[in-house]
Amino acid sequence: MPEIRNFTLNFGPQHPAAHGVLRLVLEMDGEVIERADPHIGLLHRATEKLAESKPYNQSIGYMDRLDYVSMMCNEHAYVLAIEHLLAIEPPLRAQYIRVMFDEITRILNHLMWLGAHALDIGAMTVFLYAFREREDLMDTYEAVSGTRMHATYYRPGGVYRDLPGKMPQHQPSRFRSQQDTARLNGNRQGSLLDFIEDFTERFPRCVDEYETLLTDNRIWKQRTVGIGTVAPERALQLGFSGPMLRGSGIAWDLRKKQPYEVYDQLDFDIPVGVNGDCYDRYLVRIEEFRQSNRIIKQCIDWLRANPGPVIIEDHKIVPPRREEMKRDMEALIHHFKLFTEGYSVPEGEVYAAVEAPKGEFGIYLISDGANKPYRLKIRAPGFAHLSALDEMVRGHMLADVVAVIGTQDIVFGEVDR
Amino acid sequence: MEKGRPGVGIANPGEPGELDSGTDAVPSTASIETFANRLQERFADLFTRCVIARGETTFELPVQHFIRVCRALRDEPEFAFKQLVDLCGVDYLSYGRSDWETSDAATSSGFSRAVERGEYTEQAWEGGRFAVVYHLLSHSHNQRLRLRVYTEGDPPKLPSVVEIWNVASWFEREAFDLFGILFEGHPDLRRLLTDYGFIGHPFRKDFPLIGRVEMRYDPEKQRVVYEPVSIESRTLVPRVIRGERQQPKQPASEESGDA
Repeated sequence: MPEIRNFTLNFGPQHPAAHGVLRLVLEMDGEVIERADPHIGLLHRATEKLAESKPYNQSIGYMDRLDYVSMMCNEHAYVLAIEHLLAIEPPLRAQYIRVMFDEITRILNHLMWLGAHALDIGAMTVFLYAFREREDLMDTYEAVSGTRMHATYYRPGGVYRDLPGKMPQHQPSRFRSQQDTARLNGNRQGSLLDFIEDFTERFPRCVDEYETLLTDNRIWKQRTVGIGTVAPERALQLGFSGPMLRGSGIAWDLRKKQPYEVYDQLDFDIPVGVNGDCYDRYLVRIEEFRQSNRIIKQCIDWLRANPGPVIIEDHKIVPPRREEMKRDMEALIHHFKLFTEGYSVPEGEVYAAVEAPKGEFGIYLISDGANKPYRLKIRAPGFAHLSALDEMVRGHMLADVVAVIGTQDIVFGEVDR
Repeated sequence: MEKGRPGVGIANPGEPGELDSGTDAVPSTASIETFANRLQERFADLFTRCVIARGETTFELPVQHFIRVCRALRDEPEFAFKQLVDLCGVDYLSYGRSDWETSDAATSSGFSRAVERGEYTEQAWEGGRFAVVYHLLSHSHNQRLRLRVYTEGDPPKLPSVVEIWNVASWFEREAFDLFGILFEGHPDLRRLLTDYGFIGHPFRKDFPLIGRVEMRYDPEKQRVVYEPVSIESRTLVPRVIRGERQQPKQPASEESGDA
């Protein structure tokens, strides 16, 4: 009799299906996983420690780089925490803008997830389709903040500036003919809101296209149905949140249950799965596309009808306008103090959470009254999800590990922080 | 696309599902206070301090009752904190202290604070140095709760809650890695985020921001080597404390708030 022993397989950290830098040490019995030990931290940048050495506003940009496919949602939790400590509330228009961009971010994130997840399990086309729509949403990021990913758009007290009245247009160049430019600029003739509205008109049909490719696809179902099943009780024990929790049949969404900003005034539904497997989580996220689209439409209508300020006027926290600084000494002093020292936040501690696309993204902030956070803890949903990977893949085949990593929607920026 | 969606329903928030059993859909300030009162009654002699601020309830617990309270919080249906949302270590070593030595630590020319240190007193932290903060969430009651437990001993130690909330496993590994807090009873307390073979606990306040070692590839040895850091630590923006923690020694005789 030959000696039979388990085989240890190293997966990653440089593996296209590892979604970044995940190193997995897999203990295999043939092709069946006995134990999975994720090694993380290859992207650890000590964001929390860096934030302790900087004035509050300088860390907003770090938040974008945590979960780098749902940038503005991370900023949102951070500025919410600061706002709670400062006891300020942004103007209503800013709240609607934030909600609108949170939902745009959710679509951005789910598109990335859908493309990557499908690509991992062998469906190439979805990736190309998803990135086609992502491009338009990136353009909305660019129009509003000047950058396509790391926006730093939310500020304590509101958002940095109002939505632009004119959508930036493509220019003809050596590589792009006049004709192409005119075609690309077709839906960019009006304001940013017009552009987003055009997107929301188109987008439900795009979701139908993704569903045509996947929902009834036999291969897709074979790869996802019954894979990585998590019972509702276990999902709570394992700290799941977001679509991972809802996929297991628990109707929990912070936007409904503990609403922040203006979510309580918007009309949307929460999709819930039944079986808690990869396929149900896929269906939940697909439905979230449609619900996010609904929310964006409502926000557009409100924002059209209600112009107004987008950030508070308290110049101890928010810089004064440029024109004011040219003629007002006090405004100049405010600007100088704000950009050299920052603002001091009252002593205390606060936990602010938002329903990020991946789950509950929370910021726990301790302030000792200084202009820098004393301790900042980032509660990343992916961290809790990845810690459950071992339990989810046990007894599955090696190829299913990839499906489970995909369904968890892991992004290492937030897991490693 | 109705046909393509078997097994997924839309939760109707209007109908009472299994989760909203007799609680408000949205926690109000009043419900948070009544809930905190119920907690205070139930655990009357088991906690040392209870703070309700900004709609958040914080309990400080002594180590000896900690596990008992956690178990009760999870299992008793009137609390039902089924989920541990977050667990983090805190190092209170330099709490309430601002930077004064800016001339050496900052740019080559330094900068002045335009205020003398002697004008102010700073209150140091009164509690222990290390604490672990737990954030709990009760889905059925839609309530959150924060627990703070100060560690004991050196190295700091606390009992592990992995048995109560399985998710704590990685959170405790992280707190051990970054703060050096030992969780007794943890099945697999290894480092999590730092490099293989890392020395020290980087999130402690006495660990320098720039670190202690840097690594590079040595072409002669043909491997990665570690060396002491070559960069210097500097403070671009000094830490300034304003508000209640920092009081002028004498009652303010003039408007000298600018520091």
